[in-house]
Amino acid sequence: MTKLARELLFPLIAVVAAFIVGGILILIVGDSPFVAYRLLLGSALSWPDGIGYTLFHATPLIFTGLAVLVGFRCGLFNIGAEGQLYIAAFATAWVGIKFANLTPWLLIPFCFAAAILSGAFWAAIPGVLKARFGSHEVINTIMLNFIAVALISYFVQYHYKERGDPIMQTSMIGEGAHIARFGKFIPGFPERIPLNLAFLLALLCCFLVYLFLWRTKWGYEIRATGSNPYAAEYGGISIRKQIILAMAVSGALAGMVGINEVLGYRYRYYDGFSDNYGFTGIAVALLGRNHPVGVILAALLFAALQHGGIYVDGFSEHVTKDIVQVLQGIIILFVAAEAFFKWLVGRRPSFQHLRA
Amino acid sequence: MRDVFTLSLIASTLRLSTPLVLAALGGLFSERSGVINIALEGKMLAGAFTAAAVTYAADTRLGLGAASPWIGLLGGMIAGLFIAVIYAVSCIKFKSDQVVSGAAINILMIGMPGLLSGAFFLSSGSTPQIPKDRLLPQSPWFIAIVILAIVAGIWYVLYKTPFGLRLRSVGENPEAADVAGVSVSRIRYSGVLLAGMLAGIGGAYLSIGQSSLFTRNMTAGRGFIALAALIFGKWRPVQTLLACLLFGFTEAVSIQMQGVFKLPSGEDIPVQFIQMVPYVLTIVVLAGFIGSSRPPRALGIPYQKEK
Repeated sequence: MTKLARELLFPLIAVVAAFIVGGILILIVGDSPFVAYRLLLGSALSWPDGIGYTLFHATPLIFTGLAVLVGFRCGLFNIGAEGQLYIAAFATAWVGIKFANLTPWLLIPFCFAAAILSGAFWAAIPGVLKARFGSHEVINTIMLNFIAVALISYFVQYHYKERGDPIMQTSMIGEGAHIARFGKFIPGFPERIPLNLAFLLALLCCFLVYLFLWRTKWGYEIRATGSNPYAAEYGGISIRKQIILAMAVSGALAGMVGINEVLGYRYRYYDGFSDNYGFTGIAVALLGRNHPVGVILAALLFAALQHGGIYVDGFSEHVTKDIVQVLQGIIILFVAAEAFFKWLVGRRPSFQHLRA
Repeated sequence: MRDVFTLSLIASTLRLSTPLVLAALGGLFSERSGVINIALEGKMLAGAFTAAAVTYAADTRLGLGAASPWIGLLGGMIAGLFIAVIYAVSCIKFKSDQVVSGAAINILMIGMPGLLSGAFFLSSGSTPQIPKDRLLPQSPWFIAIVILAIVAGIWYVLYKTPFGLRLRSVGENPEAADVAGVSVSRIRYSGVLLAGMLAGIGGAYLSIGQSSLFTRNMTAGRGFIALAALIFGKWRPVQTLLACLLFGFTEAVSIQMQGVFKLPSGEDIPVQFIQMVPYVLTIVVLAGFIGSSRPPRALGIPYQKEK
């Protein structure tokens, strides 16, 4: 078996197995799995809505998937992408509001910098805590998620909400900070579909992450730390530095969700906008086998499911869009339990007694 | 200032701490045996949903009357146990990454109640309302006694029984325990399953004790606060209880005391800052700024028996 085929095989088995388990659940709930799955996946391929929304939903998932990937490659588990993207989205909106009158040539780079740096900063906190005090990044990123949500909700509620607005959202950012939607360039593609240039940025980031991890010295040191910290340290790599660097890069990637959300979609910060992007990023990275190309494929799958969920809600009798979350959970369980499949295969009768 | 610490605040602290105490002490069994438990949230959700659904069904369909909430509680416990079995098999038998499996369980349990309630109750994510006289008892005295009994029981099991000794040794040094003839995986299974049962009961108390129905994602991070309390309590039962009471108190304050405390400038203290307290404290303690909180040495490492 070639290496590529092997890399594709386990994720594929995991997805198929998850759909089988999900299908059984749909049967129990009282619907036909085939109808439900056709609604779930079939809608993703329609033009322009299905494809447009699938790519739009894939954008944040590529960013968070890459964020989790960079952490994993350094042996770190960044469960904090959710908090990092909230901080970053708010920072992006803040710059977009404060400097609303700047020319786009300055304002857009400023907003990008805000998203990237604030995400990196928030993720560097658990990095520093781990490097300096050895405290576990999983616990700290979970705690920082809750702190981020509370902190931003405070800023919005007390300082940046328009007077009398019942919705928890900031005022609008300056028009100079808007980035173009695909409808501007593609004839026949309606501008109401919020797919925007951030999607291309996400693809670019996949390429950059690949270059960074596999073609630079820093990336090499991060991977060395991830695969064997003792050997890396013995080889003269400062593990502490790598931990902080990897977390910061991870947070910067998660932070770019803010670009898609604020500059390309809502043009303001909207409290609670994230549809579990940070956690789905874990599924994306794992299913994509921690490779940028895998991340794109996995993000497309989960984005298609997310889009299809709306149709399941609308058109099926019992199944709700919660099936998407359920499938996601089962997929991760199966991906994590690679040993389970090896065990299944290993249990085939060996017929050794026939040879005796 | 004086009327801040009223009896009602104490009562609501107790009420709000109860699910935390149950889940955190459950997590304690699992983590002291060496298995990380970030899936407490998912197990609480499973317990909360099942308890509400079973109580409702027992009351309206089976006509079991006053026994319904207790059957619901049992249902919640079994649901937590069921999820724990999946988690345990994946982490212990198949040696999956414990954090990854835990995250998977949490994601799974965000969706599962919605899927099932859509089918059984034709609602999106919540169960029907349960009448007041079909809920678990709310009296602060009752809760206090139950909590104390549970903590005392767990303390006794952990420090005074052979099982407790084995559990702790498996979490600290599984190789040594193995050599001494202890089955590492059997002890870890018991730890994780006990955790699931207790977290399930904790979730049940949330839906059929504090509240009177299950609503979408009703734990709202309490599983993670329980985890925080476990760390803040340095993986010890009595300290963990105190941490849960402290975190329950901050929640009670943030609900009841809005607008009571004022800043010198005359403004309210924003409720968000009170909500942050448990999380900030946990980070501070974990970093060792206030005493050190050291996890069990083998926490998170699957045990590979030497061939």
